[in-house]
Amino acid sequence: MDTLPTTTTVPALAPMRRPALRSHLAGFGITGLIGLAVLTFWLLAALFGPVLLPQGRSAAGGGAVFAPISAMHWLGTDYLGRDMLARVIDGARYTVGVAFVATLLASGIGTTLALLAAASGRWIDATLSRGLDTLTAIPSKMFALIMVAGFGSSVAMLVATAAVIYVPGAYRIARSLAVNINALDYVTVARTRGEGTLYVMLREILPNIIGPMLADLGLRFVYIVLLLAGLSFLGLGIQPPAADWGSLVRENIGALADGGASVIAPALAIASLTIAVNLVIDNLPGRAARERGAR
Amino acid sequence: MGASVTVEGLCITAGAQTLVDSLSFSIKPGEVLALIGESGSGKTTTALALMGHARRGCRISAGRVRIGDTEVLSLVPAQQRALRGRTVAYIAQSAAASFNPSRTIMDQVIEPTRIHGTCTKSEAQAKAVELFRELALPEPELIGSRYPHQVSGGQLQRLMAAMALITDPELVILDEPTTALDVTTQIEVLRAFRRVVRDRRATAVYVSHDLAVVAQMADHILVLRDGQMRELNTTGRIISTPAHEYTQSLLAAARPEPRVSAKLATDPELLLDVRELGAGYGPVDLKGRPATPILEDINLQLYRGQAIGVIGESGSGKTTLARAIAGLIKPSHGYVLFNGRELKPSLAQRDKDDLRRIQIVFQMADTALNPSQTIARILARPLEFYKGMQGEPLRRRIDELLDLVKLPRAIAGRLPGGLSGGQKQRVNLARALAAEPDLILCDEVTSALDTVVGAAVLDLIAELRRELGVSYLFISHDLHTVRAVCDEIVVMQHGRKLAQVARADYERGPHHPYYELLARSVPELRCGWLDEVDARRAAPVAA
Repeated sequence: MDTLPTTTTVPALAPMRRPALRSHLAGFGITGLIGLAVLTFWLLAALFGPVLLPQGRSAAGGGAVFAPISAMHWLGTDYLGRDMLARVIDGARYTVGVAFVATLLASGIGTTLALLAAASGRWIDATLSRGLDTLTAIPSKMFALIMVAGFGSSVAMLVATAAVIYVPGAYRIARSLAVNINALDYVTVARTRGEGTLYVMLREILPNIIGPMLADLGLRFVYIVLLLAGLSFLGLGIQPPAADWGSLVRENIGALADGGASVIAPALAIASLTIAVNLVIDNLPGRAARERGAR
Repeated sequence: MGASVTVEGLCITAGAQTLVDSLSFSIKPGEVLALIGESGSGKTTTALALMGHARRGCRISAGRVRIGDTEVLSLVPAQQRALRGRTVAYIAQSAAASFNPSRTIMDQVIEPTRIHGTCTKSEAQAKAVELFRELALPEPELIGSRYPHQVSGGQLQRLMAAMALITDPELVILDEPTTALDVTTQIEVLRAFRRVVRDRRATAVYVSHDLAVVAQMADHILVLRDGQMRELNTTGRIISTPAHEYTQSLLAAARPEPRVSAKLATDPELLLDVRELGAGYGPVDLKGRPATPILEDINLQLYRGQAIGVIGESGSGKTTLARAIAGLIKPSHGYVLFNGRELKPSLAQRDKDDLRRIQIVFQMADTALNPSQTIARILARPLEFYKGMQGEPLRRRIDELLDLVKLPRAIAGRLPGGLSGGQKQRVNLARALAAEPDLILCDEVTSALDTVVGAAVLDLIAELRRELGVSYLFISHDLHTVRAVCDEIVVMQHGRKLAQVARADYERGPHHPYYELLARSVPELRCGWLDEVDARRAAPVAA
């Protein structure tokens, strides 16, 4: 539980983002900045939240069950009387970590394969496309069930399963975009210049499909959060006592009738994270600049 | 019978920008007014405003538009809708994009009568067939049952005119209706349009950037630039004695003069030798012929420093010829000698130096420049790739290239989206020049540009040839353009070379009949040219 992928990947991302943030911060619109703030908040919560919380608070059960919001429990308590704030912040590591890493993997692999398929010959394209079509034919929930049944449920396992399930979708979208770009004159010019496949893939095609692919990434993130929540609901996802936000909603579903904070808080957390991711992607400064045609 | 149109103080704004600045004019019933100007001059915006419509983001901020007794701009939206398609009809530039591909032509042509409830369906269909006949469409009884993809571009444009005219509108707006057509098709469409407009005595507004076309259609011409009226006069006066200097430059651009070309060396070196070239698409059969042959048996010699023009209508195989020489299509037959050596058939087999020596410049500058790379990046790549330049020399060379194509150096940091069409085409040329090629294949480089801008690009091409001694294979459907810059003209039809005419013989006949047809079809810049052509066409029949 301590060696989560979260702790390794998020710091790796952070230095990449920071310089871009500083110079482009002005390029985000108001909504983009709000999204960015929420996203940063959850990333920080996932990273440092557990350290900042008073020790023992997370595990401290035995209080009042489904207690309302109070000075002691900012978000009330859950069905075992545990502090909800601590549970949500702990859950952030799983949701942000697993879902985020799986999304990056799915979109990254899908886009790379799609670029390869579009930029190289007919045979590579046909092989990749038919291969990934086969994968699409397997119902995703069934596939996840089989994987979990076969290899047991672990964080790495969940990341791999979610990534494999969503690669074909990302591949399809990226390929259809890339094939259109590939037919444009500037790619032909690059080819007549004698450029290699890698140059065509990365310099000519990728920058022109990155916008829609990022929008797709935002959507895919939402799907993966839902898939993980679904698996948790079946008891196949993150195993108790650890819980991602999806399982928190499921665990505390009993408080729904009373409108308790313990079920609303993780639901709001999922909503705010997915909306924030999409707000940030829709407001990336590069896109608006490209539409204006100036830098 | 058309209505009179009066426009007073029309202003159209987009945000803080003024697109059309207090424009006033009037058209008498049954007259044709042409709006002429380059792209961005506000001509289409003005034309749309006559229907009370402003494009997204634009606003009609002031002025009055009166058609007959109707104040168009003070109507409520529902009344404006009742006006459009009935009192005012609009014919757009690209009919292919304006027809719904999944409905038959007849359904779409009679749609305005269904919307406005002017007559019953059978009456409307009978009227449509009558219009098809008037517009000289083939098989007028049957053409309505076809789908848009089953007729040609020129026919579709005429069908769109039928759609516009079916409600007997009082004002017809024609927005560049022949710009996207071949010369030989354009003349047919022009003739049909002119006849229906004259017969019905409809009031019409004709939007175009081509003075020669407008001269055949319009009674008055209004010259627009930057949203302001520069000149308004009768067609004859505008053409014979233009008052405004911008009109004069438009006229000059419409009559391209041959550019001075460098003297060829007395014993020029053979640069490109195309022998019995054949090419096509689809699987190749046992005899080596592709399923869809495009080019057959092309022979062509190009000497160093020479410019050869290739003309033909769309589908004649001229672009395929360029692609075969560039190595983008594998020839099915024949071969290409370059600098005395045989060129390998496909790109992958050619070495870097062969690739460097032949550069291709495409028609659409919009799609020929990567929208996510800055101009500096676009120009730097061939320099890095072929010559391994970097750092200070690279920057200097980019500046030199920009100077060469007469672009300001400050443009280097911009993305292609921030450039005008003419500027993009110059960057496009500069990128080809960066490789220091022996031969540049120009595929319709000026077709997508306005007359004045296109003329400037032609000047540049001629100048580069004089100064750098680069050779061109210049592909175009416009005989005027080709005549202006080329030493020889190759005429192509159905994938075959029909004739080759040297510059000295342009005016001297007799030439191949197809060349003559092409030459005759280019509108000339004087009133009554179309009547003369018609008279000449009628004469042999009478005789």
